[in-house]
Amino acid sequence: MTLLIAMSLLLSITIVAAALLAIRGSQSLAISILAAGLVSLLASVQFLLLAAPDVAMTEAAIGSGLTTFLFFFVLGRVRGGEHD
Amino acid sequence: MIRRLFVVLLLFGLAMVFSGLMAGYSPDEVLNLSARYYAEHTAQDIGAANIVTAIIVTFRGLDTLGEVTVLFLTAAIVGLVLSHGRREGRGSGRELPPAGELLTTGTRLLVPLILLLGAYVFVNGHLTPGGGFQGGAILASAILLLLLTDPLRRISHRLITAIESTAGLVFVGIGLLGIVLAGGFLDNRILPIGSLGELFSAGAIPIIYSFIGLKVGAEFSSMLAHLSETEDL
Repeated sequence: MTLLIAMSLLLSITIVAAALLAIRGSQSLAISILAAGLVSLLASVQFLLLAAPDVAMTEAAIGSGLTTFLFFFVLGRVRGGEHD
Repeated sequence: MIRRLFVVLLLFGLAMVFSGLMAGYSPDEVLNLSARYYAEHTAQDIGAANIVTAIIVTFRGLDTLGEVTVLFLTAAIVGLVLSHGRREGRGSGRELPPAGELLTTGTRLLVPLILLLGAYVFVNGHLTPGGGFQGGAILASAILLLLLTDPLRRISHRLITAIESTAGLVFVGIGLLGIVLAGGFLDNRILPIGSLGELFSAGAIPIIYSFIGLKVGAEFSSMLAHLSETEDL
């Protein structure tokens, strides 16, 4: 039980750190997108620890997988528009 | 300066709200009324080993129909917005560098496995965690991998539309059959419930969830295909 709580705390701290990395827009946008994906991935582990495997699967597949790549698609399009 | 002060005040207010929630929190010792109803009645009434699936597909089936409709509308709007700049035929744009050997080989190896995993997740939705939405997203990630390897690949929109609309019609049709043959809209007892924990059990839930999986997968795939087609505007 204490191990579970310690793991959740560690996860929460890492999620907050990754979220801070994601919203600091000064560096490259790609790092922000990757950090946002990391937030979703860690959140899905957190859901798993909270005994909600269904939500965890949705978060991992959509939040961390598809959304990250969707952002990269859009980023590629926006970058392409800059050169025109 | 005033903006920064405002941000600090906002954060302070949020901290007050959340600390109030934290201070008043006490974990439930027993399940509350509706949770206890679901926990006690799911196995005998619905026959699904996964209570979450029983709630999503049967007890709250109408909400799921609404969610699928929202997703369909999103996919349709993405298609509508992006269809203007679509380029017909392949290879008409600038030459793209070929995908790496690692990506090509990995895609060839992984795409069938990912499709199989997605199908497994939604066929077993009534037994194990997961279901139509998760399985559909996994199916779409296989399509995403294909598009990453060859961005000029064209995926047939006619096929995607056919899968999507057939799955939607079958979903609503099974729901209407529930009114005729069983207790109400989306009642799963139009088929025998069977014994708990087997693949062919829980009445119509595996069929409904398989079609939801196909529908969600087709919707995500159409979004990805539209995005990829307009990438080289």
